[in-house]
Amino acid sequence: MSKSKDIPIPDQVSGYSQVRLDVDLTSGKIENSTLSNEFVRDWIGGYGFGAKILWDELKPGVDPLGPENVFVWSIGPFPSTILPTSSKYGVFAKSPLTGMFGMAISSGSVGAQARRAGINTIVVKGKASEPVYLVVDDDDYYLVPCEKTVWGKGNFETEELLREEFQDQRLAVMSIGPSGEHMSRMGCITNDRNRQAGRTGMGGVMGSKNLKAICFRGTQSTKVAQPVEFYKLAKKLIKVANGPATAKYRDLGTPAGLTSYNKLGMMPTRNYREGTWDAIDNGTFTGDTLNQDWVVKKVACSQCSIACDHLARVPKTHPEYPNLVASIDVEMCYSFGTNMGTSDWPTIFKCVQLCDDLGIDAISGGVTASMAAELFDLGLITKKDLGYELPFGSTVNLVKFTEEMCLGKGFAGKIFGDGCEQAGIRLEEKGIKNASYYGMHIKGLEMPAFDLHGMTSFAVGESVSIRGACHLRNGAYGLDAKGTFDRFGYEKPLERGKKIKATEDVYGVIDSYIICKFTRGIYENDAEMAKVYELVTGIPHTEESILRRGEAIVNLSKCFNIREGWTRADDHPPEKFFKEAHTKGPAKGVTLKEEGYQTILSGYYEARGWDKETGIPTDETLKNLGLDFVIGKLKPAAAKGGKK
Amino acid sequence: MAARRKKIHQFIIVDPELCTGCETCESVCSFVHDGEFNQINTRIHRVRIEPVFNIALACQKCEDAPCIRSCPEKALDKAEDGSILVDDEKCNGCGFCIRACDFGVITLHLDSQKALVCDLCENMKEDFIDLEVGKREPQCIFVCPKEAISLKNVEQIGEETRIDAIRRLFGNVEEFGSK
Repeated sequence: MSKSKDIPIPDQVSGYSQVRLDVDLTSGKIENSTLSNEFVRDWIGGYGFGAKILWDELKPGVDPLGPENVFVWSIGPFPSTILPTSSKYGVFAKSPLTGMFGMAISSGSVGAQARRAGINTIVVKGKASEPVYLVVDDDDYYLVPCEKTVWGKGNFETEELLREEFQDQRLAVMSIGPSGEHMSRMGCITNDRNRQAGRTGMGGVMGSKNLKAICFRGTQSTKVAQPVEFYKLAKKLIKVANGPATAKYRDLGTPAGLTSYNKLGMMPTRNYREGTWDAIDNGTFTGDTLNQDWVVKKVACSQCSIACDHLARVPKTHPEYPNLVASIDVEMCYSFGTNMGTSDWPTIFKCVQLCDDLGIDAISGGVTASMAAELFDLGLITKKDLGYELPFGSTVNLVKFTEEMCLGKGFAGKIFGDGCEQAGIRLEEKGIKNASYYGMHIKGLEMPAFDLHGMTSFAVGESVSIRGACHLRNGAYGLDAKGTFDRFGYEKPLERGKKIKATEDVYGVIDSYIICKFTRGIYENDAEMAKVYELVTGIPHTEESILRRGEAIVNLSKCFNIREGWTRADDHPPEKFFKEAHTKGPAKGVTLKEEGYQTILSGYYEARGWDKETGIPTDETLKNLGLDFVIGKLKPAAAKGGKK
Repeated sequence: MAARRKKIHQFIIVDPELCTGCETCESVCSFVHDGEFNQINTRIHRVRIEPVFNIALACQKCEDAPCIRSCPEKALDKAEDGSILVDDEKCNGCGFCIRACDFGVITLHLDSQKALVCDLCENMKEDFIDLEVGKREPQCIFVCPKEAISLKNVEQIGEETRIDAIRRLFGNVEEFGSK
């Protein structure tokens, strides 16, 4: 019973509220409708809902920052229940960074509050004539003009002001900062201060629609299909989620990876010139140091047992940033730390706080700053351009650069404010040849913390990721870190392809549920993950059928990309990995080999049932996955994703 | 009831060092009493004060309880173990007890509009009782992922504080007198 239509629908579907809100910002009209039982069964939740709605309702080839883009917000069936990490929401639109499928996931209190308000999905179209925020207060839905109140404000102040306005400290607020307002392609969405839907510029899309924020609160209850059985399983999962399976996220947090990935030569340093760093070797810049010297508190999102959010505080005696508190994970230690060659912790905390508050993705921001530092190092941009020096290892000047980048001001803002790819294009237009070479991105999205020189499996995994360079769409870095295959070699392309596909499909389910990937290890197996879905919704998906839906969701978003002009050449890591090797460490002297890379890429396409040459899903594959409605509609709508 | 529990009341106490603010206690409180999730219908309340402080509060079982004194309908009373009892027949949802409570730990149930106060899960639904435990016990303590919630009395808290104070004052007391 792997076909979704064979899964019977119960008389009463639980968990989901099934309420869809359609907000037309151009006319100001708000309507609600019901998501059908078949729709929720087939598309599961967040990612699936986003993929299906964007496929059906977004006109191909539109400007991602124009009014025709469609912005989808969604949760799955779990928020407000005690399933660990259930309070998650996703946002989906055509990405202004990649020109392809954009998505970002965040947590905090938004998912649970939105479920209490009885909302499942919001589809935002058009553009408001003036800045507004959307209020979802139970079944009271309305837009509030905000040009004179919160427009122009940072995310932290916006949240405080709106909570004050509603006299409700538990009001859930997801907002954009000044960066999103001026439509930075790196614009993020912030909620609960420290949680971001960061990647692929979803904050820029909100800004392009004059939508400053969405506020949620509600009074409605959530019923689950089998309360007694669910309670038993949830209690077990909560205990396991606080055991060894998640220790690495709770104790030192993800920054523990600084040491382990440094040992493998996978920790990007100085814009990927090296994969190891002295400051990690000598203990200055490690998860241990961060925790012992700086972290003062670990906090959790609603209904999360793990509490991965490590809050670091700068002492009150610090001359520049007294008492500053920032939320730190390994990606920020990389983007503004190792990759910038900066080991001064308060500088990194300040840069992260600027990104979170002013509103750009802190991964993209740091990687873009690192590109600028390398260009500065090579003399391709100078103090005359920037107004200050920006060598690797910068401190106060890095903070200055970050602020300008966020606000779109100065040379830093005008050239680098929209990320690496745009910076490369703009500098080349100014006559700086080959500037794009130093931008470390895939499909326009800046890379997360993995140096691919000695990661031949993840080089493919990260490159095929639907939303651009990403370690959260498939977990293939594990294949290289654990040594499943020779990470410097290219043998067994089909086997590798199958493994990459498998992690991608299960992530398709996790991102649709939506739960946190940190709880991947708390389930005994995928069957238990399917079981919890049935206990909550009453829909008897099996391990096989739910993974099939994960596969269908990945395929559908891939089809979205194809329709936007994707070609095989887009599934490719930056040239640097093929041309420049590390001078030390485990990957010393190693570069990726084009021929080998292409072999594994073809292996992946084959494993997916896509054309081995073009990477386009075959009609047979689409039919098998119940994606018949896609067949015949894969013709590219515009050149290269219609990115303008 | 044992003489000790009549004289020394136990109540829910949360350690802010351990509390992460995850709200699981709130969710489970509503669930085991009502069979559905609604954090507003909770008897334990998370408080987060940005940027780093988190704790949860429930009924402190005050000896001379202002909530009982304030109730115009005489709907509130005290059990032998110190718990505040709400007589749903008498409670008319006026909310005076909420205003009187110094800790803000009484609320009104959204549907019944009756006062909600921590009952140490005396009234949890029978279906949810853990078969291995075989009796009603505070479920927030059981599900708290960080073991931040416990059932204590003032005598215990005093004793723990005294031991901490002595360690601060005298250092490694286990080795006291060793040469």
